[in-house]
Amino acid sequence: MAEEVKVFRTWSSPFAFRVVWALQFKGVPYENIYEDLSEKSSLLLHYNPIHKKVPVLVHNGKPLAESLVILEYIEETWKQTPLFPEDPYERATARFWARFGDDQVLPSVFGVFIKQGKEREEAIVTAHGNLKYLEEELRGKKFFSGEKIGFLDLAFGWVANLVSVFEEIQGLTLIDHEKYPLLLAWIQNFMDDPIIKESWPPRDKLITKYQALLGSFIPKEAAEK
Amino acid sequence: MGDEVVLLDFWPSVFGMRVRIALAEKGIEYEYKDDNLRNKSDLLLKMNPVHKKVPVLIHNGKPVCESLIIVQYIDEVWKDKSPLLPSDPHQRAHARFWADFVDQKVYAVGRKLWETKREEQEAANKDFLETFKTLETELGEKPYFGGETFGFVDISLITFYSRFYLYERFGKLSMEAEFPKIVAWAKRCLQKESVANTLPDQKKIYEFHMKWFGLE
Repeated sequence: MAEEVKVFRTWSSPFAFRVVWALQFKGVPYENIYEDLSEKSSLLLHYNPIHKKVPVLVHNGKPLAESLVILEYIEETWKQTPLFPEDPYERATARFWARFGDDQVLPSVFGVFIKQGKEREEAIVTAHGNLKYLEEELRGKKFFSGEKIGFLDLAFGWVANLVSVFEEIQGLTLIDHEKYPLLLAWIQNFMDDPIIKESWPPRDKLITKYQALLGSFIPKEAAEK
Repeated sequence: MGDEVVLLDFWPSVFGMRVRIALAEKGIEYEYKDDNLRNKSDLLLKMNPVHKKVPVLIHNGKPVCESLIIVQYIDEVWKDKSPLLPSDPHQRAHARFWADFVDQKVYAVGRKLWETKREEQEAANKDFLETFKTLETELGEKPYFGGETFGFVDISLITFYSRFYLYERFGKLSMEAEFPKIVAWAKRCLQKESVANTLPDQKKIYEFHMKWFGLE
């Protein structure tokens, strides 16, 4: 059957990377369709009218949105190289941590990057409160999913490429050797994986992008004070 | 099979109700423990240390947290009866997308109706109406969100029906006038025993919220 798989994305969206990594692990050929989020294509708006966001997976003309939903779909459609645990309890646990990552960890880490002064101090405390769970989850494991990269590792992929960018721009260390030896080891193992390497956001481009983003935030915060 | 199923819940929780409906649909026997969220039990803190929230399903001693994750777990473990999710991957993804939409929007826009300051009431009402309009459009002419049978998306949303009177009072609107299809769908769902036996009376929920949030 002639499969047609397209991924609507941007070059940097951490949510889109999850989708392309999953497709790569399963050896599913796909086409990248890059969007400019300041000028969304009519096709993107047609495929994701509810949220108007990337990523969107279009499989044989049928669109799907929300990266964690897409990952489950990819797993159920292409059964080679399973990325999810087989056991329902382990699957529920993986889903729990993925949601925790998106609902709590990512916003708190982004808060550390964006905020200033006392608000940043508070954000750092919150971020550590969340990150410690990741460190605990890695106990006795090479990857969040066990011996091999799986769903939860893909969900946390942004930790491996974004956090150090935030740290460099702001001149701070969030994931330090003392508190997070396992997480740092995971980052290295994740980055070293040959399939993950096939799709990786260029670091210098990320630095430029987030520096610019910071620049656009600060005047707004100053204006709101 | 010696299954021990315990549900940590709080009776007015729309999230806990989802799990109660799923358990009832599957005919699973369980022990219900009501946890007052302003005086959390040691068991709750032990079983859900990350969020300290209900519902928590404890299956043979092992906790599962987050209502939609619990419902999926129930569907996967007790898979021989009353499937809650469709079997086709695309339809499953569709169901997960819409349940996620309910989670992202409905609770928050509902709460804003009574939490908002007067100046922001209009914006809060607008968000609320838009959210339910989207749901009404998605439902369309279907008997249930999943099509012919009651399923995952229906479970995720129907529990909010218990808050409709609350929404009407604070939003100064009529759910039936604004969203006739949603109200008809809700009444259809209420014909199911699992839903009718789970959903508390709307007035009871209204009175609870008035007391709990000191809105009187």
